[in-house]
Amino acid sequence: MVSFILRRIFQSVLVLLVVGLVAFAMFRFVGDPIDNMLGQERTMEDIERLRADLGLDQPFVVQYWKFLEQAAQGNFGLSYRQGRPVADILLERLPATLELALVSGILALIGGITLGIFTAIRRRGFAANMIMTVSLIGVSLPTFLIGIVLIYIFSVELGWLPSFGRGEVVELGGWSTGFLTESGRKALILPAITLGLYQMTLIMRLVRTEMLEVLRMDYIRFARARGIRERAINFRHALKNTLVPVITITGLQLGSIIAFAIITETVFQWPGVGLLFINAIQFVDIPVMAAYLMMISVMFVGINLIVDLLYFAVDPRLRDEGRGGAS
Amino acid sequence: MAETPIDTPTARPSRLRAFWASDFMYAFCHAPVAMVSFAVVVILVLSALLAPLIAPYDPFNPASLNLMNGFTPPGEANAFTGDTFFLGTDDQGRDIFSTILYGMRISLFVGFAAVGLAMALGVLLGLVAGYLGGWIETLIMRIADIQLTFPSILVAMLIFGIAKGVTPAEYRDQMAIWVLILAIGLSEWVQFARVVRGTTMVEKNKEYVQAARLIGRRPGAIMLRHILPNVLSPVLVIATITLALAIIAEATLSFLGVGAPPTKPSLGTLIRIGQEFIFSGEWWILLFPALTLLALALSINLLGDWLRDALNPRLR
Repeated sequence: MVSFILRRIFQSVLVLLVVGLVAFAMFRFVGDPIDNMLGQERTMEDIERLRADLGLDQPFVVQYWKFLEQAAQGNFGLSYRQGRPVADILLERLPATLELALVSGILALIGGITLGIFTAIRRRGFAANMIMTVSLIGVSLPTFLIGIVLIYIFSVELGWLPSFGRGEVVELGGWSTGFLTESGRKALILPAITLGLYQMTLIMRLVRTEMLEVLRMDYIRFARARGIRERAINFRHALKNTLVPVITITGLQLGSIIAFAIITETVFQWPGVGLLFINAIQFVDIPVMAAYLMMISVMFVGINLIVDLLYFAVDPRLRDEGRGGAS
Repeated sequence: MAETPIDTPTARPSRLRAFWASDFMYAFCHAPVAMVSFAVVVILVLSALLAPLIAPYDPFNPASLNLMNGFTPPGEANAFTGDTFFLGTDDQGRDIFSTILYGMRISLFVGFAAVGLAMALGVLLGLVAGYLGGWIETLIMRIADIQLTFPSILVAMLIFGIAKGVTPAEYRDQMAIWVLILAIGLSEWVQFARVVRGTTMVEKNKEYVQAARLIGRRPGAIMLRHILPNVLSPVLVIATITLALAIIAEATLSFLGVGAPPTKPSLGTLIRIGQEFIFSGEWWILLFPALTLLALALSINLLGDWLRDALNPRLR
């Protein structure tokens, strides 16, 4: 088990180093940093001096190492467009994205598991079939169209909910939250549904498939033969055994929630890091792009690592195997 | 029993007839969902190909536009000019029906080209990794694993952003379509490579490959002429599903403003334009491109789903 964990950590570090290399290459080769910093009136001496000051005359590996050092301390330089430190801008925008991702993740998990169990137990029912058909359309529907449809229904036609922005936010020691005001909570509803819907259909389909598989097992038939009530079989015996793959997929989907937040944030003009990233691409703001890339890869790699470790916590069989292998 | 060589000219017409009489065609003719979605795809692709013939107006020719025709509702006569448009017009007086036909052309072109790129790259790398093994395989599959950590839409956005930074500002609009193909193609190759590698590893130990090796065929020839034809059916399934993904990815990128430029609008760009007018009540500018995109993606998805079951020997 220890060797497995060490190997996974080694892999994670490798991924981060590669992503760091990509981010560094963006800095170094996309657009000349000297061009960006010096104006039209420059002499060769100016260029040489700045090149030496920035360390651009040093070997590639040395520059890469310095870049990693700086990145580890959260220093990504100044945004080309806003002229402010990239780290400050990211930190300012991060709470909005995290709150959105959290709410839609919870929504997807609760909705997906509930609907999954329902469609598995009432497999032949009319409602279950309807849900399955709708979910197929939901998978084909691009995220941004879901957002637009919701805006059309609830903002344009009914006028119940705001169509853009975060509403009023409250500052709590550097963390701006929209949970505490009514307009903040209202503004969160539509983006959270938009972002969570796709993951919800995924989790629902997964839970349904797993549940159907488990319900066919001998121990379930045996439990039924023992006269255990249907409710107890479904929830105590069957559900528990469907949860391992659900945890994996949910964990991995957490990463895509943060990535798909880019789309949702653009539709709803939600002031998070995703919108910042899209604007950075539009204006070729390399430092912001590189910093976003590094930040999101740390999150992704961290999530993947935690999911792998959770396996051990959830599935006792793996733990025994690991112990057997180590001794 | 004497085998007749397959490549003689007399065998050719019978191959086509064999295809029509095959289990595959039988299954197709007994799956209404597959037939309907195939028909929808064919109709949409044909109308996109024949757009210059079908479209009543040329939306990219400024001379044919009349700003007075702007915001004409579908099927109604314009208050100033008296012109009627089947699906209405947008803010600049462009006929929505024509822009959809031309937009679908760009969406489909980017989709097919991106899938072609992803397929070529993925199949080639998968064959090499599966057949040669060793450090090449480790390298290729490690890169695939790393890329798989990230959602492909994010990878595509990043490639688009980098390519945009590299191209000079004056060429950006012209290059946008090609950059889009590159970005989506490079973001979707992993699935192809993984599947082809897996199948290749099984195939390379079979007798026909051993035989080809014994008679001294070069590894490249063995991979392309002997193994490749035998790994194609899963590739076809992935290609269909990836096509739907690529079309949606293109629409998403264009919708976000990091894809097709407004001068060459794809379906995603049209939806982006239409979104600006839902508050003022001009719903048709948004609705029709969105429905077209949905029909396209849904029917390709359904077709891919059916194809996966039909080509899966275990389900027969």
